[in-house]
Amino acid sequence: MTSFTPLSALAGGLLIGTAAILLLWLNGRIAGVTGMITGLLVKPSGTQIWRLLFLAGLVLGTVLYAAWGQATPLRHGFPVPLLIVAGLLTGYGTAQANGCTSGHGVCGLARLSVRSLVATGTFLGVAIVTTFVVRHLVGLAT
Amino acid sequence: MSRATLRNLAALASGVVFGLGLSLAQMTNPDKVLNFLDVAGSWDASLLFVLGGAVVVSAVVFHFILKRRAPLWDTVFHLPLARAIDKPLVIGSALFGIGWGLSGYCPGPAIASGGLNNPEALWVVPSIIAGAALQRWSHYRQTADID
Repeated sequence: MTSFTPLSALAGGLLIGTAAILLLWLNGRIAGVTGMITGLLVKPSGTQIWRLLFLAGLVLGTVLYAAWGQATPLRHGFPVPLLIVAGLLTGYGTAQANGCTSGHGVCGLARLSVRSLVATGTFLGVAIVTTFVVRHLVGLAT
Repeated sequence: MSRATLRNLAALASGVVFGLGLSLAQMTNPDKVLNFLDVAGSWDASLLFVLGGAVVVSAVVFHFILKRRAPLWDTVFHLPLARAIDKPLVIGSALFGIGWGLSGYCPGPAIASGGLNNPEALWVVPSIIAGAALQRWSHYRQTADID
Protein backbone atom coordinates (compact mmCIF):
# COMPACT_ATOMS: atom_id res chain seq x y z
CA MET A 1 0.00 0.00 0.00
CA THR A 2 1.08 3.56 -0.69
CA SER A 3 -0.95 6.53 0.43
CA PHE A 4 -2.52 9.10 -1.90
CA THR A 5 -0.18 12.14 -1.98
CA PRO A 6 -1.70 14.66 -4.42
CA LEU A 7 0.20 17.72 -3.16
CA SER A 8 3.75 16.34 -3.31
CA ALA A 9 2.82 14.63 -6.60
CA LEU A 10 1.65 17.94 -8.06
CA ALA A 11 4.75 19.78 -6.75
CA GLY A 12 6.98 17.05 -8.19
CA GLY A 13 5.15 17.30 -11.51
CA LEU A 14 5.66 21.08 -11.55
CA LEU A 15 9.40 20.58 -10.96
CA ILE A 16 9.56 18.05 -13.82
CA GLY A 17 7.74 20.56 -16.04
CA THR A 18 10.17 23.28 -14.96
CA ALA A 19 13.10 21.05 -15.94
CA ALA A 20 11.55 20.50 -19.38
CA ILE A 21 10.93 24.26 -19.76
CA LEU A 22 14.56 25.10 -18.83
CA LEU A 23 15.99 22.70 -21.39
CA LEU A 24 13.72 23.88 -24.22
CA TRP A 25 14.09 27.59 -23.41
CA LEU A 26 17.89 27.59 -22.95
CA ASN A 27 19.07 24.81 -25.28
CA GLY A 28 16.09 24.17 -27.56
CA ARG A 29 16.11 20.51 -26.51
CA ILE A 30 13.46 18.01 -25.44
CA ALA A 31 13.97 16.66 -21.91
CA GLY A 32 13.43 13.03 -22.85
CA VAL A 33 15.44 10.39 -21.02
CA THR A 34 15.21 7.89 -23.90
CA GLY A 35 16.70 10.48 -26.27
CA MET A 36 19.53 11.06 -23.83
CA ILE A 37 20.35 7.33 -23.74
CA THR A 38 20.02 6.63 -27.48
CA GLY A 39 21.85 9.84 -28.38
CA LEU A 40 24.84 8.70 -26.35
CA LEU A 41 24.67 5.20 -27.85
CA VAL A 42 24.49 6.33 -31.46
CA LYS A 43 26.91 9.24 -31.40
CA PRO A 44 29.22 8.99 -28.39
CA SER A 45 31.10 12.20 -29.19
CA GLY A 46 32.06 15.38 -27.34
CA THR A 47 29.03 17.26 -28.64
CA GLN A 48 26.79 14.72 -26.88
CA ILE A 49 28.28 15.41 -23.43
CA TRP A 50 25.22 17.49 -22.46
CA ARG A 51 23.11 14.33 -22.55
CA LEU A 52 25.46 12.67 -20.07
CA LEU A 53 25.33 15.80 -17.89
CA PHE A 54 21.51 15.74 -17.91
CA LEU A 55 21.53 12.09 -16.78
CA ALA A 56 24.18 12.88 -14.13
CA GLY A 57 21.93 15.74 -12.98
CA LEU A 58 19.05 13.28 -12.66
CA VAL A 59 21.11 11.19 -10.24
CA LEU A 60 22.44 14.30 -8.45
CA GLY A 61 18.92 15.67 -7.94
CA THR A 62 17.90 12.37 -6.38
CA VAL A 63 20.98 12.40 -4.12
CA LEU A 64 20.17 15.96 -3.01
CA TYR A 65 16.57 15.02 -2.28
CA ALA A 66 17.66 11.92 -0.35
CA ALA A 67 19.97 14.11 1.75
CA TRP A 68 17.28 16.61 2.73
CA GLY A 69 13.89 15.16 1.93
CA GLN A 70 11.87 12.20 3.07
CA ALA A 71 13.53 8.80 2.65
CA THR A 72 12.39 6.84 -0.42
CA PRO A 73 11.45 3.30 0.64
CA LEU A 74 13.40 0.58 -1.17
CA ARG A 75 11.69 -2.57 -2.43
CA HIS A 76 13.05 -5.89 -1.18
CA GLY A 77 12.84 -9.38 -2.60
CA PHE A 78 11.67 -8.43 -6.09
CA PRO A 79 12.87 -11.13 -8.53
CA VAL A 80 16.06 -10.05 -10.32
CA PRO A 81 15.24 -11.93 -13.58
CA LEU A 82 12.02 -9.92 -13.78
CA LEU A 83 14.00 -6.69 -13.37
CA ILE A 84 16.30 -7.72 -16.23
CA VAL A 85 13.49 -8.76 -18.59
CA ALA A 86 11.54 -5.59 -17.76
CA GLY A 87 14.64 -3.45 -18.33
CA LEU A 88 15.37 -5.04 -21.71
CA LEU A 89 11.76 -4.56 -22.87
CA THR A 90 11.75 -0.96 -21.60
CA GLY A 91 15.05 -0.12 -23.29
CA TYR A 92 14.17 -1.79 -26.60
CA GLY A 93 10.63 -0.41 -26.67
CA THR A 94 11.46 3.18 -25.76
CA ALA A 95 14.29 3.24 -28.33
CA GLN A 96 11.91 1.91 -31.01
CA ALA A 97 9.19 4.42 -30.09
CA ASN A 98 11.77 7.22 -29.77
CA GLY A 99 10.53 8.25 -26.35
CA CYS A 100 9.23 7.28 -22.94
CA THR A 101 7.29 8.86 -20.10
CA SER A 102 9.39 12.05 -20.22
CA GLY A 103 9.86 12.60 -23.97
CA HIS A 104 6.41 11.47 -25.16
CA GLY A 105 4.49 11.62 -21.87
CA VAL A 106 5.53 15.09 -20.70
CA CYS A 107 7.25 17.03 -23.51
CA GLY A 108 5.32 15.47 -26.41
CA LEU A 109 1.91 16.01 -24.81
CA ALA A 110 2.97 19.58 -23.91
CA ARG A 111 3.80 20.16 -27.59
CA LEU A 112 0.33 18.80 -28.47
CA SER A 113 1.94 16.05 -30.58
CA VAL A 114 -0.56 13.42 -31.75
CA ARG A 115 2.30 10.94 -32.15
CA SER A 116 3.18 11.36 -28.48
CA LEU A 117 -0.46 11.07 -27.45
CA VAL A 118 -0.68 7.70 -29.23
CA ALA A 119 2.61 6.56 -27.64
CA THR A 120 1.51 7.65 -24.15
CA GLY A 121 -1.93 6.06 -24.45
CA THR A 122 -0.31 2.83 -25.66
CA PHE A 123 2.38 2.45 -22.99
CA LEU A 124 0.06 3.55 -20.19
CA GLY A 125 -2.71 1.19 -21.32
CA VAL A 126 -0.38 -1.77 -21.81
CA ALA A 127 1.32 -1.08 -18.46
CA ILE A 128 -2.08 -1.09 -16.70
CA VAL A 129 -3.01 -4.40 -18.35
CA THR A 130 0.42 -5.88 -17.54
CA THR A 131 0.16 -4.88 -13.88
CA PHE A 132 -3.32 -6.39 -13.74
CA VAL A 133 -2.10 -9.69 -15.21
CA VAL A 134 0.97 -9.84 -12.96
CA ARG A 135 -0.82 -8.92 -9.73
CA HIS A 136 -4.30 -10.33 -10.10
CA LEU A 137 -4.07 -13.23 -12.56
CA VAL A 138 -0.57 -14.61 -11.99
CA GLY A 139 -0.09 -13.27 -8.46
CA LEU A 140 3.64 -13.00 -9.22
CA ALA A 141 4.49 -9.82 -7.36
CA THR A 142 2.79 -8.17 -4.42
CA MET B 1 31.76 31.37 -20.82
CA SER B 2 31.16 29.90 -24.27
CA ARG B 3 27.66 29.05 -25.35
CA ALA B 4 28.57 25.37 -25.45
CA THR B 5 29.58 25.54 -21.78
CA LEU B 6 26.37 27.36 -20.92
CA ARG B 7 24.37 24.65 -22.72
CA ASN B 8 26.17 21.95 -20.75
CA LEU B 9 25.41 23.75 -17.49
CA ALA B 10 21.76 24.15 -18.52
CA ALA B 11 21.51 20.41 -19.25
CA LEU B 12 23.00 19.60 -15.84
CA ALA B 13 20.65 22.05 -14.08
CA SER B 14 17.61 20.69 -15.94
CA GLY B 15 18.63 17.15 -14.93
CA VAL B 16 18.97 18.16 -11.27
CA VAL B 17 15.52 19.80 -11.22
CA PHE B 18 14.08 16.76 -13.02
CA GLY B 19 15.65 14.43 -10.45
CA LEU B 20 14.30 16.52 -7.55
CA GLY B 21 10.83 16.41 -9.14
CA LEU B 22 10.90 12.62 -9.66
CA SER B 23 12.00 12.14 -6.03
CA LEU B 24 9.44 14.52 -4.54
CA ALA B 25 6.70 12.89 -6.64
CA GLN B 26 7.92 9.45 -5.43
CA MET B 27 8.30 8.19 -8.99
CA THR B 28 11.54 6.65 -7.69
CA ASN B 29 9.44 4.26 -5.58
CA PRO B 30 8.42 1.37 -7.92
CA ASP B 31 5.64 0.31 -5.53
CA LYS B 32 4.09 3.77 -5.84
CA VAL B 33 4.21 3.48 -9.64
CA LEU B 34 2.76 -0.04 -9.70
CA ASN B 35 -0.03 1.03 -7.33
CA PHE B 36 -0.85 3.80 -9.81
CA LEU B 37 -1.00 1.26 -12.65
CA ASP B 38 -3.03 -1.21 -10.54
CA VAL B 39 -6.42 0.39 -11.14
CA ALA B 40 -8.25 -2.81 -10.14
CA GLY B 41 -6.39 -3.20 -6.85
CA SER B 42 -4.66 -0.84 -4.42
CA TRP B 43 -5.02 2.12 -6.77
CA ASP B 44 -3.02 5.23 -5.86
CA ALA B 45 -3.98 8.09 -8.19
CA SER B 46 -1.05 10.32 -7.14
CA LEU B 47 0.86 9.90 -10.41
CA LEU B 48 -2.01 11.48 -12.34
CA PHE B 49 -1.07 14.68 -10.51
CA VAL B 50 2.59 14.27 -11.46
CA LEU B 51 1.81 13.87 -15.14
CA GLY B 52 -0.93 16.50 -15.06
CA GLY B 53 1.23 19.09 -13.30
CA ALA B 54 4.20 18.49 -15.57
CA VAL B 55 2.18 18.54 -18.82
CA VAL B 56 0.05 21.59 -18.01
CA VAL B 57 2.91 23.84 -16.89
CA SER B 58 5.08 22.72 -19.83
CA ALA B 59 2.28 23.16 -22.36
CA VAL B 60 1.60 26.73 -21.26
CA VAL B 61 5.25 27.82 -21.23
CA PHE B 62 6.29 25.79 -24.33
CA HIS B 63 3.67 27.75 -26.24
CA PHE B 64 5.56 30.99 -25.57
CA ILE B 65 9.06 29.52 -25.91
CA LEU B 66 8.28 28.07 -29.34
CA LYS B 67 7.19 31.50 -30.58
CA ARG B 68 10.81 32.61 -30.25
CA ARG B 69 13.08 32.37 -33.28
CA ALA B 70 15.63 30.35 -31.33
CA PRO B 71 16.43 29.14 -27.81
CA LEU B 72 18.52 31.43 -25.62
CA TRP B 73 21.85 29.58 -25.95
CA ASP B 74 21.53 27.82 -29.31
CA THR B 75 20.75 28.87 -32.89
CA VAL B 76 17.84 26.48 -33.55
CA PHE B 77 15.24 24.38 -31.71
CA HIS B 78 16.06 20.67 -31.92
CA LEU B 79 12.55 19.24 -32.09
CA PRO B 80 11.62 15.69 -33.16
CA LEU B 81 10.73 15.65 -36.86
CA ALA B 82 8.76 12.39 -36.89
CA ARG B 83 5.01 12.81 -37.21
CA ALA B 84 3.95 9.35 -38.37
CA ILE B 85 1.72 7.15 -36.24
CA ASP B 86 3.45 3.97 -37.39
CA LYS B 87 4.15 0.41 -36.30
CA PRO B 88 7.50 1.10 -34.55
CA LEU B 89 5.81 3.79 -32.43
CA VAL B 90 2.94 1.57 -31.32
CA ILE B 91 4.89 -1.70 -30.96
CA GLY B 92 7.77 0.04 -29.16
CA SER B 93 5.39 1.78 -26.78
CA ALA B 94 3.58 -1.50 -26.10
CA LEU B 95 6.87 -3.29 -25.31
CA PHE B 96 7.79 -0.43 -23.00
CA GLY B 97 4.37 -0.69 -21.35
CA ILE B 98 5.02 -4.38 -20.57
CA GLY B 99 8.42 -3.54 -19.07
CA TRP B 100 7.00 -0.64 -17.05
CA GLY B 101 4.08 -2.70 -15.75
CA LEU B 102 6.41 -5.57 -14.77
CA SER B 103 8.99 -3.58 -12.82
CA GLY B 104 7.51 -0.17 -12.01
CA TYR B 105 10.51 1.58 -13.58
CA CYS B 106 10.44 3.86 -16.61
CA PRO B 107 13.88 5.04 -17.80
CA GLY B 108 14.12 8.36 -15.87
CA PRO B 109 13.29 7.04 -12.40
CA ALA B 110 15.42 3.93 -13.06
CA ILE B 111 18.51 6.07 -13.68
CA ALA B 112 17.60 8.48 -10.86
CA SER B 113 17.33 5.48 -8.49
CA GLY B 114 21.08 5.05 -8.88
CA GLY B 115 21.32 8.05 -6.53
CA LEU B 116 19.38 6.20 -3.82
CA ASN B 117 21.84 3.32 -3.48
CA ASN B 118 18.95 1.23 -4.77
CA PRO B 119 20.32 -2.25 -5.60
CA GLU B 120 17.49 -2.74 -8.16
CA ALA B 121 19.01 0.05 -10.26
CA LEU B 122 22.11 -2.11 -10.74
CA TRP B 123 19.95 -4.58 -12.70
CA VAL B 124 17.39 -2.32 -14.33
CA VAL B 125 19.63 0.44 -15.67
CA PRO B 126 22.14 -1.78 -17.54
CA SER B 127 19.21 -3.82 -18.91
CA ILE B 128 17.50 -0.67 -20.23
CA ILE B 129 20.75 0.51 -21.86
CA ALA B 130 21.33 -2.95 -23.35
CA GLY B 131 17.77 -3.08 -24.72
CA ALA B 132 18.10 0.39 -26.24
CA ALA B 133 21.51 -0.50 -27.73
CA LEU B 134 20.07 -3.68 -29.25
CA GLN B 135 17.25 -1.71 -30.87
CA ARG B 136 19.52 1.07 -32.19
CA TRP B 137 22.14 -1.29 -33.61
CA SER B 138 19.59 -3.52 -35.31
CA HIS B 139 17.30 -0.80 -36.70
CA TYR B 140 19.58 2.20 -36.93
CA ARG B 141 18.36 3.46 -40.31
CA GLN B 142 14.66 3.15 -39.59
CA THR B 143 14.46 4.87 -36.25
CA ALA B 144 17.43 7.25 -35.92
CA ASP B 145 16.05 10.61 -34.91
CA ILE B 146 19.09 12.10 -33.21
CA ASP B 147 21.06 15.22 -34.06
